[in-house]
Amino acid sequence: MELIYGHPKSLKPIQTKYCPGCGHGVIHRLICEVIDELGVQERSIITNPVGCSIWADLYFDFDSVQPPHGRTPAAATGVKRVHPDHLVICYQGDGDLAAIGTAEIIHAANRGEKFTTIFVNNAIYGMTGGQMAPTTLIGQKATTAPYGRDADEAGMGYPIQVCEMLATLGGTKYLARGSVNNAANVRKTKQYIKKAFEAQLRGEGFTMVEILSPCPTNWGMQPCEGQEWLEANMIPFYKLGEIKNALGGAEGGK
Amino acid sequence: MAEDKRLMKGNEAIAEAAIRAGCTAYFGYPITPQNELTAYMAKHMLDHKRTFIQAESEVAAINMVYGAAAAGARSMTSSSSPGMSLKQEGISYCCGADLPCVLVNVARSGPGLGGISPGQADYFQSTRGGGHGDYFHLVLAPKSVQEAAELTYEAFDLADKWRMPVMILADGLIGQMMEGVNLPAQRDLATLPKKPWAAGGQAKDHRPINHVTSINLVPAELEASVKARFKRYDEIKAQEVRYEEVNVDKAELVLVGYGTGARVALGALEMAKKLGIEVGLLRPVTLWPFPEKRVAELAAKGKKFLAVEMSMGQMVEDVKLAAAGKAEVHFYGRCGGMIPTEEEVLAEIRRLLKK
Repeated sequence: MELIYGHPKSLKPIQTKYCPGCGHGVIHRLICEVIDELGVQERSIITNPVGCSIWADLYFDFDSVQPPHGRTPAAATGVKRVHPDHLVICYQGDGDLAAIGTAEIIHAANRGEKFTTIFVNNAIYGMTGGQMAPTTLIGQKATTAPYGRDADEAGMGYPIQVCEMLATLGGTKYLARGSVNNAANVRKTKQYIKKAFEAQLRGEGFTMVEILSPCPTNWGMQPCEGQEWLEANMIPFYKLGEIKNALGGAEGGK
Repeated sequence: MAEDKRLMKGNEAIAEAAIRAGCTAYFGYPITPQNELTAYMAKHMLDHKRTFIQAESEVAAINMVYGAAAAGARSMTSSSSPGMSLKQEGISYCCGADLPCVLVNVARSGPGLGGISPGQADYFQSTRGGGHGDYFHLVLAPKSVQEAAELTYEAFDLADKWRMPVMILADGLIGQMMEGVNLPAQRDLATLPKKPWAAGGQAKDHRPINHVTSINLVPAELEASVKARFKRYDEIKAQEVRYEEVNVDKAELVLVGYGTGARVALGALEMAKKLGIEVGLLRPVTLWPFPEKRVAELAAKGKKFLAVEMSMGQMVEDVKLAAAGKAEVHFYGRCGGMIPTEEEVLAEIRRLLKK
């Protein structure tokens, strides 16, 4: 009998530590499905972030490197330069990428480092317990923004649209934003990941897929409410789709 | 093999020795007085088709080293004092993940931005595990351009042997001055030690997956791994301590100095000799591990010590710890980029010996 659906080979068959309704598990699975389809499990290396997904090395069945908070793009640079024929995945959350590691992501992207960043944007700090992130929406509450993010009076700044910001840089070749809030968006997100990984393996420049992902625990919601909140609040501000496609050949954007 | 002797700046000799030792990934950021090192690497690493990146910061550079070392390369970064402060986070992670790499500090004077003249005030930071957590790493202090090249070359072997960062603690004078240097042979990359723990290359032998990490949230397990590392530190203390001695047997007073400080001390020793005053010199080559046993032996023989440093007194604390109250330990130093003169040190010798 033909197997039409199964557990990805490169994802370990164990239960994760993630909360109910968290997006990390789905995103891990998408990464592993693509790796299996490309047949590159034994030449994949993931650089893990600091945050809830620091557990990624328990789940991915391929090599991993764990750098300090925010420094993941610098470490991924070192890994990829040593192993240019490997698929190097730089997995980062919003605090990791858009706060403490802003310099590292901008310059890795600008150098056109040939790894793929998977940027999980849940608009909150997860592991440390719900502090305001650079991507927290205006008015969204956090433990460090108890009255909601207030850009003007309280001087908390504005949510950062990372794909749009990186799109101005010459080294970036493919920047897409997906979401894991429903089945249709999950499928589209997988296509973006596959396109980015294939581009990396062809040796094109910097590729990144930003993924809007729910964090019901720190949003103070039930899992289903989280999906609804993401759709109603995050997607209008963080537009889904290919934000920049400067890939060569048939994959290239218009 | 024919001698390969050149007239080089210390910074350039360190860079060339690193290339010859098989460094395939260098990451730097501009800072005076080590800029010739980065510039040399920029040209010659690319000529050798190896990785050179001018990073966006010292922080990024050390984390590129972390990644390259985790991927199995012989990797290096260099900087000077303020930049080394920025690298401390990454150095702690390298130590916590047991990653071999080479760090070069062409030290200047501080604190803060301080000055760009030579200094030895980074001794504490270098020898005490300058970042967070319980750790140490080897620290080698060259006194000349020749020794800077030799120690850099060897640092890569020591790093691989002990799976830890090895720091070359030079200073702006060693980095900037030119001397003749016999360069070591070019290493064949195929003969470098294999790193079965590194990330990447799994397809070659289908080994189990590797995780390079410093995290462990289970206290009992983390304690066990830190203790295992400290056992390794004991082995290093037993095997790798290096120092040079001059005229120690005849001397009542032993000068203790490293790097440029040791050169000044040696000059003062020779001046004293001409006056009929016998003093000795103990020059630690490894600052960590410090030659504490040798200091203790000399203290037991009744020798007095005079530490000579380009700081307000840092290494002198290691001399005191090793002497353990059994000998007089004195200090003479200048700071702020001032270098003690031989005359100043001689005057201190004469004052202490009342001669």
